[in-house]
Formats: sequence, C-alpha cells, structure tokens
Amino acid sequence: MNTETEVVMEKIKQIEREHLRLDYPEFFPGDTIRVHVRIREGEKERVQVFKGVVISKRKGTTNATITVRKVSYGVGVERIFPLNSPSIDKIEVVAHGRVRRSKIYYLRNLRGKAARIKELRRN
Amino acid sequence: MSNGLLGRKLGMTSYFGHDGRYLPVTVIEAGPCTVTQIKTKANDGYDALQLSFGEKKKNRVNKPLQGHFAKSGDKCFAEIGEFSVENPDDFQLGQEVTLEMFSVGERIEVSGTTKGRGFSGVIKRHGFHRGPKTHGNRNYRLPGAIGMSAWPSKVAKGKKLPGRYGNARQTVKNLEIVDIRPDDNLILVKGAIPGPASGRLEIKKRR
Repeated sequence: MNTETEVVMEKIKQIEREHLRLDYPEFFPGDTIRVHVRIREGEKERVQVFKGVVISKRKGTTNATITVRKVSYGVGVERIFPLNSPSIDKIEVVAHGRVRRSKIYYLRNLRGKAARIKELRRN
Repeated sequence: MSNGLLGRKLGMTSYFGHDGRYLPVTVIEAGPCTVTQIKTKANDGYDALQLSFGEKKKNRVNKPLQGHFAKSGDKCFAEIGEFSVENPDDFQLGQEVTLEMFSVGERIEVSGTTKGRGFSGVIKRHGFHRGPKTHGNRNYRLPGAIGMSAWPSKVAKGKKLPGRYGNARQTVKNLEIVDIRPDDNLILVKGAIPGPASGRLEIKKRR
C-alpha cells in the first residue's frame, strides 16, 4: 500500500520526469562532445556549438548538469550545462576517451600534449 | 465565480519554463472543493461561498459539523474556508469548485500557516546579528541593550525580543502561475509558499 507521502512524492517526480531529455546519445566523462546551444539575441535565435571534453557529470532529475572543458586560444574554458534544459538543441559525441575516473579535474593542471586523452575504440 | 479555493502544498521542485528559464516552483494541489454553504447579502450581510476541501471519515468529524456537511451531500471534509463571490445565485450546495478560475501566467495570492519554530531567540526571529564567538565575548546570541536608564526606565512597546515564532498565517502576493494541470488539480507556482508540505493553503485571485 502506498502511503500518503509516497503518493505526493510520485506526483512531484512525475512533473520532474516530464522534463527529462531522453534524446541524447550515451556519453561519459572523458568523451569529447559537441553541445549545440540555442542562444537568443533579441528576437533572433541561433545555435552555437561548444566542443570540448566532458570532465564531470552531475546526476539528478531536472538538476543534472555536465561540465565541458575546452582550450580556446590557450585559455581553458569550462561551461556547465543543465542537461535537461530546453535551450540545448542537441549533443553529438565526437570521440570516446579512455579515462579511469569519473571527474577529469586533473585535466585542468595539464597543458599541451599532456592534456590529451587517449581515444577509446569500442566495437 | 468564486475568487479562490482551498488547497494544500505538496512540495517544491524545479521547472524549465517555456522560454528556457529554470524556475523554482511549488506544487499546489488546489481543490476540488465542495460548496458547503452559500452566504447571501439578504441572509448574512455579504456574499460569499463556504468551500470545503480534503475528504475526512465521517466518524472523525464531530456531530455539529456532520450535520452541517449533511446539507450539501454525504461527504465530510477536513478544511473549511470562505471566499467572496459576485453572484452567489450561480452556485448550489454540494457543487464542486475546481481550479478553472486560474490561468497560466496569472499572478495569485496564497495564504498558509508558517512552520512553528516555538520560542525562538532574537537572531532567528528578527534577524539580529550575533556577537563574536571568541575574544572573551559572552554576548553570542543575546539581544543586547533593550532600553534606556532613568528615563524612560521602561522597555519601549513593540521592542523586538525573543518569543513565539512561526505558526502564524502568512500571505504571499504576486506569485506567478507557471503551469496548471486540471487533470491532477495541480497548480505550479514560481517561488516558495509558507508552511510545511501538506499544509493547508488558501489560493486567491489577485485583488
């Protein structure tokens, strides 16, 4: 039998579930991805692509985020995307990376050749 | 149309709005309420509807209320509230009132009872600053000086001091309706609402 609290929680979870984006390809920390973000400039809307390495995935229902890092003109840039946001157009996986941990924060301390991640080929 | 109805707070979550905004929302179960009494100008001096919400077993309701609820059907309710109405003649006893009166984007008022905090100090109750923790200090959460000396030699009325805090009716105005789900009787409102989850709420149209 469901208790009153469970019934209420189910109603709230139902609302959260509606927001989940299930259209993304599978990707993991260490993978290189392209995030297509919808950007509004006044009345116009355009799509901007942010390509980089996923260095962290934060779980959660509507709260889930990913952190994507890239090096742009020698400067490290990290962007945190709310995964279920409607302003993300789509996500493309460019390459799978072979890493041993779930948070690739050590990449921040590496430069140049050392900052490469070995590609993982899966069949 | 009645200017509001009764409901209860279900809890909070976050919600992506249509324009991509990520909003904190409170989920409210609003109605359905049953009309249990109709007050008219001729009879009571003003026009109003008495609405009841939340079904309750008959043996949990006292005899006088049982008799009152019997006039509008065979159900008994946990919560009763009164809402002003323009034309009381449009309603009948036992009629159901749902959240149809509200629309998405509308601003509403919600009243509830805040969580009781018991006898609270001046920091929690009035937002005073605390004193230093160290350096021999002994005035950590105390209110400090509360009055003057020889004149007026009494504490001013209304001085903010410790005391009972919470468990009082509070109204939040200007809450934006983010979404409405008539099938589940749910209203999603941007921002927080007083009281615990499952607390009784009065949801009103903005005056």
